[in-house]
Amino acid sequence: MFGVLLENTMDGQRYIDWLLSGLGWTLALAFFGWWIAFAVGVVIGIGRTVRNPFFGALARLYVEIFRNIPVLVQMFLWYFALPELLPTAMGDWIKQIPPPWGSFFPALWCLSLYTAARIAEQVRAGIEALPKGQAEAAAALGLSGYLTYRHIILPQALRLIVPSLTSEVMGIYKNTSVALTIGLMELTAQARQISDATFQTFTAFAAATLIYLALALIAYQTMMLIDRAVRIPGTAPGKEAVGPQFDDLELESSLPGNMEVVK
Amino acid sequence: MNSLDFSIIAQAWPYLWSGLLFSLSLTAAAFLVGMFLGTLFALVQHFELRILSPLVRSYVALMRSIPLILVLFWFFFLVPVVLGHLAGNGRPIPVGATYTAFITFGLFEAAYYSEVIRVGLRAVNKGQFEACQALALSTFDTYRHVVLPQVFRVASPIILSQTIILFQDTSLVYVLSLTDLLGAASKLAQLNGRLVEMYLAVAVVYLIISSAASQFVASLRKKYAIAGAHR
Repeated sequence: MFGVLLENTMDGQRYIDWLLSGLGWTLALAFFGWWIAFAVGVVIGIGRTVRNPFFGALARLYVEIFRNIPVLVQMFLWYFALPELLPTAMGDWIKQIPPPWGSFFPALWCLSLYTAARIAEQVRAGIEALPKGQAEAAAALGLSGYLTYRHIILPQALRLIVPSLTSEVMGIYKNTSVALTIGLMELTAQARQISDATFQTFTAFAAATLIYLALALIAYQTMMLIDRAVRIPGTAPGKEAVGPQFDDLELESSLPGNMEVVK
Repeated sequence: MNSLDFSIIAQAWPYLWSGLLFSLSLTAAAFLVGMFLGTLFALVQHFELRILSPLVRSYVALMRSIPLILVLFWFFFLVPVVLGHLAGNGRPIPVGATYTAFITFGLFEAAYYSEVIRVGLRAVNKGQFEACQALALSTFDTYRHVVLPQVFRVASPIILSQTIILFQDTSLVYVLSLTDLLGAASKLAQLNGRLVEMYLAVAVVYLIISSAASQFVASLRKKYAIAGAHR
């Protein structure tokens, strides 16, 4: 059934090479996007919990904006609107970035900042789930606010939220497909291109689906391994109901972690 | 930097409004179909029905593992083929992008809602089932009048936040060239060249609706949190 993937394309490659190049872009976007999102998300998440009203409001504004606008709209804003809103010289420079990178970077910012808002909420929930005594004990020992977060709060909060971060990992690799709307030839776009070129729609989509399934499994297993390695002794496996959506329910599933709101 | 001209939005508003109505009706339809099928899926797994249960579980895992855009492409391709087979002559029956979108979103959301409801079912106190047995309620009546109402109530904040995400995800019908809110804006933008104003306006509309809905969910959550404390 997948024999067609080994046939030659018009440009002298095989169709499977198209798929693999699409997979490469998908992985690059998800991998780099994840680390940017994680870094920004942790900072914003801390901002949501500090007492300073200015930073609190700023962090909240960030989360509200980036969580409540659809990814696709954000993608268009980064790709179409940003170059027009910047000074002309800078906008023209952005528009002249050659093809794959001209789509890749807007898609990267878009996915990173969107996912960061979601991670920030998880981080906040993790920090708020810690007993108050932790911060109070740190204060009693004379630790500064920075040292308290660096050595007491964050190490515990981040370990607590690994299960709920699984859903964000799954979310970012699935959202990479939105980048096809601004012309990035990632996995889904390549599957469609193969379908258009060969009329073997079923084969093309099935191949892409299998690859996504494999990615989901790998992401899920990796996060489970990390969770097992860093879990705070005494907390129940996979039961940390600290996600913002998990007030009195927590999700468990055979495959894709607890990820009820990410598509 | 070109000067922005937001008066264009006022002119475009009727068209954008019709797009927004499409987005909202797609959300509503997907919510109804998704909740109905999702409840069935959850019950199938809850009762661990033979054959059906593993099928449903695989379906849910599959839907949650692949991007919605790929699901849209799948259904756009598969629905006519399947309908052709159902009609008997095996010829694909074109159904158009609009019906595809409605079918896809209903079936796709069912997978996500079913997970929420499935977990909700497990959270119901055992005493509730025992009390129903003591009252000699049939299984149907137990679930219809006792268990499911509690599940919907306790899961309603999650179900609603999920629906807000669903509303945002309807923008992805752009890939089927449909005229939802974003589709309307992008079609107008191609005509009048006012990309920036159009997309900014659309972003603001989504932001207002989603934020308002999130605030509502947050207040609901607070209310139930207090009720939960006394449980």
